[in-house]
Amino acid sequence: MSEPQKVKQIRALIRRLKFNDYIFSLVGLVCMMLGVITLLGLFINLLMDGLERLNYDFFTSFPSRRAAQAGILSAWVGSVLVMLVTALIAIPLGVAAAIYMEEYAPKNLLTTIIEINISNLAGVPSIIYGLLALGLFVYQLDLGQSILSAGLTLALLILPIIIVATRESLRTIPREIREAAYALGATRWQVVSDHVIPYSKGGILTGVIIGLARAIGETAPIITIGALTFIAFLPPAPFSGDPPAGMFDWMFAPFTVLPIQMFNWVSRPEEAFLINAAAAGVVIIVMTLAMNAVAIYLRYRIRKNIKW
Amino acid sequence: MKNSLHKNPWRHARERLIEAVLFLAAFSAVLITVAIVAILFYESLTFFKHVSIVEFLTSTVWTPLFEDAHYGVLPLVAGTLVTSAVALLVAIPIGTIIAIYLSEFAPHKVREIVKPFLELLAGVPTVVYGYFALLIVTPMLQMVMPGLNGFNMLGPGIVIGIMIVPYVSSVSEDAMRAVPMSLREGSYAMGATRFQTALKVVTPSAISGIAAAYILGMSRAIGETMVVAIAAGQQPTFTWDPRDSAATITAYIVQVALGDLPHGSIGYQSIFAAGLVLFLMTLAFNVLGQMIRARYREHY
Repeated sequence: MSEPQKVKQIRALIRRLKFNDYIFSLVGLVCMMLGVITLLGLFINLLMDGLERLNYDFFTSFPSRRAAQAGILSAWVGSVLVMLVTALIAIPLGVAAAIYMEEYAPKNLLTTIIEINISNLAGVPSIIYGLLALGLFVYQLDLGQSILSAGLTLALLILPIIIVATRESLRTIPREIREAAYALGATRWQVVSDHVIPYSKGGILTGVIIGLARAIGETAPIITIGALTFIAFLPPAPFSGDPPAGMFDWMFAPFTVLPIQMFNWVSRPEEAFLINAAAAGVVIIVMTLAMNAVAIYLRYRIRKNIKW
Repeated sequence: MKNSLHKNPWRHARERLIEAVLFLAAFSAVLITVAIVAILFYESLTFFKHVSIVEFLTSTVWTPLFEDAHYGVLPLVAGTLVTSAVALLVAIPIGTIIAIYLSEFAPHKVREIVKPFLELLAGVPTVVYGYFALLIVTPMLQMVMPGLNGFNMLGPGIVIGIMIVPYVSSVSEDAMRAVPMSLREGSYAMGATRFQTALKVVTPSAISGIAAAYILGMSRAIGETMVVAIAAGQQPTFTWDPRDSAATITAYIVQVALGDLPHGSIGYQSIFAAGLVLFLMTLAFNVLGQMIRARYREHY
């Protein structure tokens, strides 16, 4: 075989292999676009189906047997109240746990056990948390099928998310900062509360928002504790009504939340309720996507701004 | 004045107290696990006083709410495995290709823009995906496969697959990025192209991390609830055909919880027995996945 022919063959081989590179780049792009397109398609489809119901009345009406008059008032109020309870429990507990694991925990068997538990809890299906809540909160502790039970359940569910995010954010703070504070005679807690927490606030906030966004869309554990699907009243506001409701009576009221309301409408055979379901879906998706987007943006800004 | 350098007892006590409180918060993770296991076992124990474990594990009929009650969990397990298998058939190829692309091919800019979108995809609530499976994916499948049941396991399986793509791809990508640059450079120096390097050097080196991603994805798919509860049907049928309608373990729990079963009845306890099976299945996959994942971390 003559030399030029060999060179030609090698050139052809290189061309072919480079072409494979090119093809794979395209395939990769298409696969990623598949995700983005699914997201967009899903949202546009929901929006088109539900648009006609998305008006002021939809947000201020109770669910009804007549699809055209049904609204999500009790559902969004329920969601907001449940989130309030969840945030009040999950944020302090999760942040405290993360601080212990990063700043205090000695390297021993107990720490390892806690570590393993946190990562396993993150993998437990949400409906199992529902069963825990049904057995423990609803019946053993006798909290009933209330806002408090639901808030507690979702708090446990998002605890691992908040712990992991907080730990990651604490880990980015360089050791020198801590050592400088110790050198000035600060105690461990002073180092944590005056330096570590303030500097990692942004990262903690990101984790909290992602956790709450997850909680607001969760349906299965709340169905399991027996939230009702048809609620045509609001929980009592503190000190209102006759006789006046107590400060925390709303926590023990029956309730429904947005995803359950949507689930209820999806599972009805009548076409008209599917429109309501789509409209409720738009509300849920806008809420969770907005929360996630804020979190992603925050993280992006933190990464850009802070250079230790 | 002479005491000023002595240990301040109040300050010391406060420090110890704070540490104790923080420890309790961290320890709550252990308490939650213990509570989950205790509740599942406690309620299942009462269930297994009425139902023999042999019947539970071998019978192929699950009708705990009927007059003529049968308690074979196999139909629910089969439904769960079929939907999860369909989900993995979708998520594995797409997730792996995305991971290879993001880790080996994508320019920095593309990665920065597209990754947040993938995260958003993972943030969509599952009840919305259920709507998607029932009213969009299944009708589309019916166009290709006329006669397909309105409730089937194929549609929800595909949708769960799309749902876990971000998860599979991000865990696999982490594994690929952990492969040291020198391996890639060695491959490039031998004249290999990007694609050859990705396929024959990076992927095999990261294989245990990628396998862990698949296993953890499987665990997610098994525990997924709302999509199957909405779109796969509620009839516990013992079938391996994804075109059939069948209930999964999770769908059964939802179905019972929606009804009005009295506390302490056998139907009420049956959801804890089903939940125990689900918990053990996901636990097995999670532990396996984490073990494999921990191993690859030690290599480099």
